[in-house]
Amino acid sequence: MTSTMKLKTLFQKVWDEHVVVQEAGRPAVLYIDLHLIHEVTSPQAFTGLRERGLKVRRPDKTVATMDHSTPTLPKSLWVIDDQAKAQLAQLERNSKEFGIELFALGDRRNGIVHVIGPERGLTQPGKTIVCGDSHTSTHGAFGALAFGIGTSEVEHVLATQCLLQREPKTFEVRVDGQLMPGVTAKDIILALCAKIGTGGATGHVIEYTGSVIRSLDMDGRMTVCNMSIEAGARAGMIAPDDTTFAYLEGRDRVPKGAEWDAAVDRWRQLRTDDGATFDKTVIIDANKLEPMITYGTNPGMGMPISQTMPTSESFDDPSQRAAFEKAMKYMSLQPGERLLGKKIDVVFIGSCTNSRISDLRLAAGVLSGRKVAEGVRTLVVPGSHDVKRQAEAEGLDQIFKDAGAEWREPGCSMCIAMNGDNLEPGQYAVSTSNRNFEGRQGKGGRTFLASPLTAAAAAVAGEVTDPRSLLLA
Amino acid sequence: MAKFTTLTSHAVPLPVDNVDTDQIIPARFLKVTDKNGLGDNLFCDWRYLKDGSPNPDFVLNEPESRGAQILIAGDNFGSGSSREHAPWALVGWGFRAIISTGFADIFKSNALKNGLLPVEVSPETHKRLMEAVQPDRTTEITIDLPSQTVKAPGGIESSFPIDDFSKHCLLEGLDQLGYLLSFEDQISRYEQQRT
Repeated sequence: MTSTMKLKTLFQKVWDEHVVVQEAGRPAVLYIDLHLIHEVTSPQAFTGLRERGLKVRRPDKTVATMDHSTPTLPKSLWVIDDQAKAQLAQLERNSKEFGIELFALGDRRNGIVHVIGPERGLTQPGKTIVCGDSHTSTHGAFGALAFGIGTSEVEHVLATQCLLQREPKTFEVRVDGQLMPGVTAKDIILALCAKIGTGGATGHVIEYTGSVIRSLDMDGRMTVCNMSIEAGARAGMIAPDDTTFAYLEGRDRVPKGAEWDAAVDRWRQLRTDDGATFDKTVIIDANKLEPMITYGTNPGMGMPISQTMPTSESFDDPSQRAAFEKAMKYMSLQPGERLLGKKIDVVFIGSCTNSRISDLRLAAGVLSGRKVAEGVRTLVVPGSHDVKRQAEAEGLDQIFKDAGAEWREPGCSMCIAMNGDNLEPGQYAVSTSNRNFEGRQGKGGRTFLASPLTAAAAAVAGEVTDPRSLLLA
Repeated sequence: MAKFTTLTSHAVPLPVDNVDTDQIIPARFLKVTDKNGLGDNLFCDWRYLKDGSPNPDFVLNEPESRGAQILIAGDNFGSGSSREHAPWALVGWGFRAIISTGFADIFKSNALKNGLLPVEVSPETHKRLMEAVQPDRTTEITIDLPSQTVKAPGGIESSFPIDDFSKHCLLEGLDQLGYLLSFEDQISRYEQQRT
């Protein structure tokens, strides 16, 4: 490399490659390689297109799925209400009219948008990927620049295959050391949220680096990138490597033969140059990580599972103290106490954060030969039909059913509680999903976010439990 | 999009940090296929009691809030999902500007596309505005977009940042798709070069 060449981060390489126009003082016109759409955030965008008499510019770069308000009861096409039915019907009509490929309910390729993109090989290193969904950051696990957009922007991409974007800043999260038994990818990202808060990475794109990130499988990397938005970042990225290429090779939509080899050669360049700098860096020492759990009403309110919750005195800032007290009141918890031993009502294993085959294997490992505690409702919701078929081929469904858990059809389910799967007011859940906001999993419901291991351990014990006690047993 | 130049209005104080999009508009109201009516369910789970009646303790239900076009909220407003239903609900209720010390990225981007101005001020200015509004709900705040200033009685005056392009679009009432469509030739050239 000559001294005149600018050293670039992974993000800058992908960004620069996609800038169509950059006028002074204006946002960049950024080209989008893949646009994923679902039923909830797209209808008004299509209405906008029709009102302006516009077409979808690149239906070949657009893929639709149904996931948010879809039923998960086995062998049922029961949709919660007429509004949800109308929304699903509208996506079908829009896809047909504008020539967009749709993985509809009942299609063997259907599933949660952030699970099926990688599964089909649509998600690839170096691509720009958007979706009207904040967890689009998931796809950054492959070295793509992937972020969530609003419905106006969905319309922009449908019409022009481009977006107006200002260049974000860069943020390195380096995870060094080694994960201890019982500590997983979910615990890394919950630890980051606890460390920097839910606005800690606002305005930034995170790149995850370090030996621990390299050691994660793709499912784990997706879990980490998925919750970048919970730390305020629009996107999270991980440089592609042999783990990435091994995951992608042979999938439906990746290049084949000589084109595959050429693509891999190209993708290997997608790494941050030695000496390139980030606007911010945070280092996490994996050796010190424990299984994490949240106690409050945003994902930043988390702690190692063995610790005690903070007290009001832990917060110097009055508004942070007020937020903490408000959260404690909503959660009906005593500041300063432990969560270990707290009785729970529901366990949810699923969502775009933790519904992939590796997640289900972790949960099944805990539930195998054990029973769900009496009075605890446990839902296991695979992220896609591919995941479901794989899990059934491995006999995981039987492990879940034998334990007394419900084995469901794929979908977002109780993560967002739009489809009839929800908590009742006052119930406590340990959930592998991504948001513990008030009412997120059902009005009045109370959520503890944790890993699949911790969730499965809670199902068995009927209370918040350190999963390491069951793993060692 | 409605133009935004200068706005003078009394304000609704909501001194809560990290107001997330699930509080602004809960997911069960996202099953709509248009943008209308979401204002009725703005802050639904804080605003209504179990029996569906208005919660008298929630600020939006206080008579003094009626007709307010400015919301003063705590830090990191709009965190969470990408749902544009959040600004649709805020605008549907009647808000034209939100004052906070910080906004989540996607919420800010969505708000700007709906004529809803995110006004980011320093913690000091925020505190002074809250202290002016809370004891006297008739206090009027003026937000002037051309000069990027926010003013209130008692000598409160502060500037706020906004990027030139978003400002231009708000002042003219332009929506951004028109601007994007003007690059058709460049987009086609870019596509040809890459294939």
